[in-house]
Amino acid sequence: MYDDPSARGLRESATFDRATIHAIQRAAETGVYDIRGWGAKRRLPHFDDLLFLGASMSRYPLEGYRERCGTDVVLGDRHATFPLHLDTPVTIAGMSFGALSGRAKEALGRGASDAGTSTTTGDGGMTPEERGQSKHLVYQYLPSRYGMNPDDLRKADAIEVVLGQGAKPGGGGMLLGQKITERVAGMRTLPVGVDQRSACRHPDWTGPDDLEIKIRELREITDWEKPVYVKIGATRTYYDVKLAAKAGADVIVVDGMQGGTAATQDVFIEHVGIPTLAALPQAVRALQEEGLHRKVQLIVSGGIRSGADVAKCMALGADAVAIGTAALIALGDNHPKWEAEYRELGSAAGYYDDFQAGRDPAGISTQDEELAARLDPVEGGRRLANYLRVMTMEAQTIARACGKAHLHHLEPEDLVALTIEASAMARVPLAGTDWIPGAGR
Amino acid sequence: MATMTTPAVTTTVDLSVQSVRDLNSALHKAREGSWHVTRPDGAHNLAVGLDAPLDVRIDGHAGYYCAGMNQHATVTVHGNTGVGTAENMMSGTVRVRGNASQSAGATAHGGLLVVEGDAAARCGISMKGVDIVVGGSVGHMSAFMGQAGRLLVCGDAGDALGDSLYEARIYVRGRVKSLGADCVEKEMRGEHLEDVRELLTAAAFTDIDPSEFRRYGSARALYHFDVDNSSAY
Repeated sequence: MYDDPSARGLRESATFDRATIHAIQRAAETGVYDIRGWGAKRRLPHFDDLLFLGASMSRYPLEGYRERCGTDVVLGDRHATFPLHLDTPVTIAGMSFGALSGRAKEALGRGASDAGTSTTTGDGGMTPEERGQSKHLVYQYLPSRYGMNPDDLRKADAIEVVLGQGAKPGGGGMLLGQKITERVAGMRTLPVGVDQRSACRHPDWTGPDDLEIKIRELREITDWEKPVYVKIGATRTYYDVKLAAKAGADVIVVDGMQGGTAATQDVFIEHVGIPTLAALPQAVRALQEEGLHRKVQLIVSGGIRSGADVAKCMALGADAVAIGTAALIALGDNHPKWEAEYRELGSAAGYYDDFQAGRDPAGISTQDEELAARLDPVEGGRRLANYLRVMTMEAQTIARACGKAHLHHLEPEDLVALTIEASAMARVPLAGTDWIPGAGR
Repeated sequence: MATMTTPAVTTTVDLSVQSVRDLNSALHKAREGSWHVTRPDGAHNLAVGLDAPLDVRIDGHAGYYCAGMNQHATVTVHGNTGVGTAENMMSGTVRVRGNASQSAGATAHGGLLVVEGDAAARCGISMKGVDIVVGGSVGHMSAFMGQAGRLLVCGDAGDALGDSLYEARIYVRGRVKSLGADCVEKEMRGEHLEDVRELLTAAAFTDIDPSEFRRYGSARALYHFDVDNSSAY
């Protein structure tokens, strides 16, 4: 057993903490930057820094277990003939077959369908497992266009034009060679085993004016039936959301820097982009100024873990949220039962983020058939559906306490902030005060 | 939908009267037949998402994404085309009698794209199996990240041809201003001459000698990330 150095009066540097020292040592030994999965791990202003003001004298609460609190959401009714009607505003974010096993994709589809929500493809195309098990499937349209084809486009329930993601706004994707199996390579038209790069820019459009034409093309190809989403990584969110709305998006997805990835440089994940909490109010303001709030739906992702997070997003003006990392944890990622194997890989349950390596003991972020077989898609789907239901019920509990008969009735007035940073970002007052830093400027 | 005149075998759509939506909707419903599109006036998204062996003739210039995601159909543009001509085409034939703007044939998986004039920058970007034949020259960054398929250029190629190329094959008859990262000239062997002959024949460019072309492909040196190659990325 190691002793606790601090008990002997030793002081760890806040600037050069153990993780920082390890990163320097690793860089010095290997000469290569660190690539990993997951999202930003640093402490950030987040939804934990907000609290709800439950009803009391001046507000009437709704009776738990008795009075109805709606959770349904319609996504994409601005232009599409067939918008998505979901039972819960908690959706599953885009994650690729390639990054995840086919069985994991199937489990995501099963769980989402069971809970009445949507799931999303990723970079690498649509698999039959996922389409077959997903009642509502969003088909991502990415710069790489790996596996993109009009037959699958017509099979999709919605189309998501991806400009970026919160873990790496401005960066393309990567899938290292150990995960490029014959099936993955075939779907992406690549040689088996190469380190695959996904482009960071779309090959046939640049900027919002082109995007407007591109969105119309996708609508024309699919006879204006399907909602078209635009997904952006959170950076200049106010302007990006305005431009996406003007380009004709039915739904805008804003992914904060806590949003996960399968493989990105650590320096990119931790230092590019802004927190979800900072992005959401910017997105809402942009839509409100365009007269499009609640007409163009807003989905927020990046660090959503609980019904409290869902309710806070709703209160700040989102129409729905998307979960990725949390969904994988629900399937079994980082489960303590794999502790011994995580240790063998130099990690630990609760810390494992080497999704790029393809050696996931939980059988989720892998293409190794033996490992992938550890995940039962039926059981995984059941676990995910349970988790989605819990999140939805938690959000309802909070909404009822605030006197709201639908999650979408939650409003910023229901919130206060615990910290000055969160108050300034969320634009709700610091708890116990009527002060919002920067308000009125 | 607005009324369309229907001669014996060819349906005519006059885009000065009818909309792009009218045109594409009718083409999606048709399973066969010939179509004549008049007065396109540079409209975007003409004849996109076709999925049947239709014969479509567009008389005039077309805008962005003409014949995008084409399957099975033959689309001929008697004019110039805008950005992303035949982008992500899966099968069929698209022929541009004039010039094509940038990103012609982008990400296309199959079929044949013929540009009789010049194609601008990024022709064949991220191509995934399509055959592209350009009668004139192509602009910079053509076949960028090309994964599969063949690009044949009867004129010259601009800067950074085949940058970050995977397995797409490139043939150029004229001058190549520069090659992109990991793209190299390769020996023309018998099977490559046959490739060129086949593409010229498919494009009906029968008066060009296949032996005048040179071949370019991936050196495959950047297939795996290596810190020693960092200056090439």
